[in-house]
Amino acid sequence: MRALDRKMLRDLRRIWAQTLAIALVLGCGIMVLVGAHSTQLTLSGTQAAYYERQRFGDVFASMTRAPASVVRAAAEIDGVAQAEGRIGFGAVLDISGMEEPATGRIVSLPPEGAAMNVPVLVRGRLPDPEHAGEVAINSFFGEANQLVPGSHFGAILNGRLTQLTVTGWVLSPEFVYTIAPGAMMPDNRRFGVIWLNESAAAAAMDMAGAVNEVALRLARGADERAVIAALDALLDPYGGTGAYGRDRQLSHAFLAGELQQLGVMSTYMPPVFLVVSAFLVNMVLGRLIKMERPQIGLLKAVGYGTLDIVWHYLKLAILIGVIGIVLGWLVGWWIGSAMIALYQTYFGFPFILRSAAPAALAISAALGLATVVLGGLRAVWASSQLPPAVAMSPPAPPSFSRGYVDRAIAWLRVRQTTMMILRSILRWPGRAAITLFGVSASVGVLVMSYFMFDSIDIMAASMFEESNRQQVTLSLSQSAPESAVIDALSLPGVRRAEGAFSMPARLVHGHRTRLSALMGHYEGAELARLVDDREGPVALPADGVVVPQILAESLDLRIGDMLRIEMLAPPREVLDLPVARVIEQAMGQEVHIGAAALFRAMRVAPQVNQIHLLVEADAMPALNQAIKTTPAVAGLADWADVRGQFDATLSENLLTMVSIYTLIGVLIAIGVVYNAARIQLSERSHELASLRVLGFTRGEVGFVLVGEMMLLTLVAIPVGWVLGYGMASGLVSQMATDLYSVPFIITRRTYAYAGLVVFVASLGAVLLVRRRLDRVDLATALKARE
Amino acid sequence: MTDTRDRTVPVFRTEGVTRVYKTGEVAVHALRGVDLSLVEGEMVVLLGASGSGKSTLLNILGGLDQPTEGRVFFREQELTRVSDRALTTFRRDHVGFVFQFYNLVPSLNARENVALVTEIARHPMRPEEALERVGLGHRLDHFPAELSGGEQQRVAIARAIAKRPDVLLCDEPTGALDSATGVQVLEALTQVNNELGTATVLITHNASIRRIAHRVVVLADGQVKSDERNTTRVAPHEVSW
Ligand SMILES: Nc1ncnc2c1ncn2[C@@H]1O[C@H](COP(=O)(O)OP(=O)(O)OP(=O)(O)O)[C@@H](O)[C@H]1O
Ligand SMILES: [Mg+2]
Repeated sequence: MRALDRKMLRDLRRIWAQTLAIALVLGCGIMVLVGAHSTQLTLSGTQAAYYERQRFGDVFASMTRAPASVVRAAAEIDGVAQAEGRIGFGAVLDISGMEEPATGRIVSLPPEGAAMNVPVLVRGRLPDPEHAGEVAINSFFGEANQLVPGSHFGAILNGRLTQLTVTGWVLSPEFVYTIAPGAMMPDNRRFGVIWLNESAAAAAMDMAGAVNEVALRLARGADERAVIAALDALLDPYGGTGAYGRDRQLSHAFLAGELQQLGVMSTYMPPVFLVVSAFLVNMVLGRLIKMERPQIGLLKAVGYGTLDIVWHYLKLAILIGVIGIVLGWLVGWWIGSAMIALYQTYFGFPFILRSAAPAALAISAALGLATVVLGGLRAVWASSQLPPAVAMSPPAPPSFSRGYVDRAIAWLRVRQTTMMILRSILRWPGRAAITLFGVSASVGVLVMSYFMFDSIDIMAASMFEESNRQQVTLSLSQSAPESAVIDALSLPGVRRAEGAFSMPARLVHGHRTRLSALMGHYEGAELARLVDDREGPVALPADGVVVPQILAESLDLRIGDMLRIEMLAPPREVLDLPVARVIEQAMGQEVHIGAAALFRAMRVAPQVNQIHLLVEADAMPALNQAIKTTPAVAGLADWADVRGQFDATLSENLLTMVSIYTLIGVLIAIGVVYNAARIQLSERSHELASLRVLGFTRGEVGFVLVGEMMLLTLVAIPVGWVLGYGMASGLVSQMATDLYSVPFIITRRTYAYAGLVVFVASLGAVLLVRRRLDRVDLATALKARE
Repeated sequence: MTDTRDRTVPVFRTEGVTRVYKTGEVAVHALRGVDLSLVEGEMVVLLGASGSGKSTLLNILGGLDQPTEGRVFFREQELTRVSDRALTTFRRDHVGFVFQFYNLVPSLNARENVALVTEIARHPMRPEEALERVGLGHRLDHFPAELSGGEQQRVAIARAIAKRPDVLLCDEPTGALDSATGVQVLEALTQVNNELGTATVLITHNASIRRIAHRVVVLADGQVKSDERNTTRVAPHEVSW
């Protein structure tokens, strides 16, 4: 091996800790890029493959009752490749050991097995068509209730409590995301999907030879809108409620929304990280090579050409880059796996097609290499352009003329060591600025990452404490006339009952769309209120809808604009309503309308599908018991319980996300501070050793090093807060155009955490370097030329 | 090896070499019109007060720096007004440097520090041979940190002579050494000069070292103050410091 290459490898080994620190900073940018993209590609690839393998439908419709022959007619529609009919309905379930009722979405399973929306068996077996009481259940429900194959539970079928036997757990492309219609979030304990033999379903619903749901798969290139229109026409005589495509299928809409959001995250966040880390690597590597100036001079003096020297240091830079890239890839892959595991806790995929995201790997490698090569070139070039005689001699001592600042420092009468710190920062403002930028970048990254949790938190608080003062919400299995509210008053322990109408909906304005819900409010409601942050409770206008500010912004809505509301559950109507008022609601995500206006637009008599209750404290068991035998009620939400679950889910998810982002912020801070301190140490070892010789203690000398870094860190933290605010608002504006919008609020807690984490990381890094200071041999340090 | 060089042919010739350093508003005239000619095989000691321009002159001769005015010739080749690349080639092929502060690469051992130069030279000797010539045949695998100052300086000399340079330029090679070690280093240099006939320029602050040279040039204030030949040369160990 050539002596020069040997030098490079030995140098690399000597500065391994610095190398690793630079590589880590670079790796951070790369790991976010690889992690986010591989998660996104994996989930969307898995989704596509899953849909294809299990023949997920393209168009869906439900009706009151149609003869089975309607399925064949549907298959004849131009552009339809496959059609399947079935019986589907909701039922109250009685799970032993569970006080409150659960709800089931029951779908029929043909004796020959499903041809479309085919469930995947993950445990046990499918029900035997010969045994009417056998069912398969979705695995989330099975897991949450420990309903293993062989166990039983009750269901109210056709008004009679029937015992069902679980034969197996399944997953289905139709129920990747299982959320009860009208519910705010998945509740796997209280909502399950149940596959029941067709004969049993027909018997329960009295629908022998008939179906009430149809699903279609389209031929390639078919016109979905034409098919939907044809199907609507076909089903109209049978009480069809309107066919719809995947975009209005509940599970798909949620999954697609989540993937779209992930897509925004993976296109917006990684570049921020990558740019920050590229910038830092560029600067840190530059400083590292600048310290090699005398050696560059020597190599030139003995006859090495500029190109030889540049290439020599570039190789060093590239090696550091390669280490960073490989580290980034590995950790990125791991982060991707963690994120996917997180998604798997609420998306039911029977398999995962892990995508390595080759494009992300290639792009990150190219960017990583470009970063180190540019950083290296910039530094080597400057040094290699110097005449060798100049390069070999130490840089001219900085001018120490006394400026205003010095006089100010002198006036402050600080200790001599403190003076050294302040002088050093003022003498080399560029050097201090690099450290400052690096540290503030990691604070910024943390603020940007943590602030989303603020939004969720505040959203939850306003949802649970401000608007919803009821203790219990009953969801009705079908929309009922207003008189149902009066009936509810006779349930045990009920002190007050209010009706409401809620409907998952897609909102469309121009080319912008958002998944949300439409809330119909009855006049005089006091439990579930519409509250304006400034003006308090809002009375619903006689006409049109009320839209919260944040939603209005993301849909670009102004008062008077027409908003299209596509209902995602029966009757799946599409309403075009004017925006009557925009309210201040930091967290508001839903569209509100007065019941009178809503039902006038729908041209039906007022209905309720939710009843909010205030209940006597000790009446809950009796109420639960009563609901179990009330077929009209599909579910019961105990708000205390909902809040508990919300917090539990959140804290679990938060833990993963917070760990990942903290890791990245910490790595950047450590990488920057460690390098700065190391370079500081080698540049000033002579000076620091002289202090020791003059009789300063280790602690005092260490203070010069630690003090300077920590002072810079302290200054950097507020700068980082500002940076983080900017990055977060950039992220919000990117995401706001998409399905969900995130309220932009950053709490003091977020700032405090971000600052604290970075402070501790910097302190750790600089203390590591300080330990080296103790090991510096005074004699050698003083002999050294610089 | 015997010296076959013609001791009347000039290796270096300078014509009115001037070097001005501009730092801020002040211009420092490090050299003011130096005319000098050095011949093959000659050992020249360069004396002068601190700041008189010795290092500046040596750097210009060695192609490490360019004069502000005047011309420099190495044999027939002009060194002024040439590209950086040409100067690099000149240094690589013809010049060996020894600096006051050894300037070894700390991460390479003695043999490798010499190899750094032999790998790019045209007719180099083996690194081991060069190190043996300076009496370090037994220290081949030692790193600079494991060598004494004198030993490090001798590695630097080995590195300078290993390429069989035409000229050896030494800037205070004994400046950082005690007298006994300094003598060892000077012995190594005179030996190379005698055996290989390498023209050598040696800067020193120690006036007694002048006696080991063929010729003594004294600089003052950027100009040649005196230029004398020694009638008798003495060996370094006979010099009293
Ligand atoms: N890079 C530089 N920039 C500015 N001035 C310089 C530079 N190098 C040398 N000088 C000035 O040029 C003059 C001659 O310097 P030079 O290094 O040649 O002196 P010297 O004779 O070698 O001194 P010494 O014996 O102290 O090494 C000095 O006044 C010095 O300050
Ligand atoms: Mg000098």
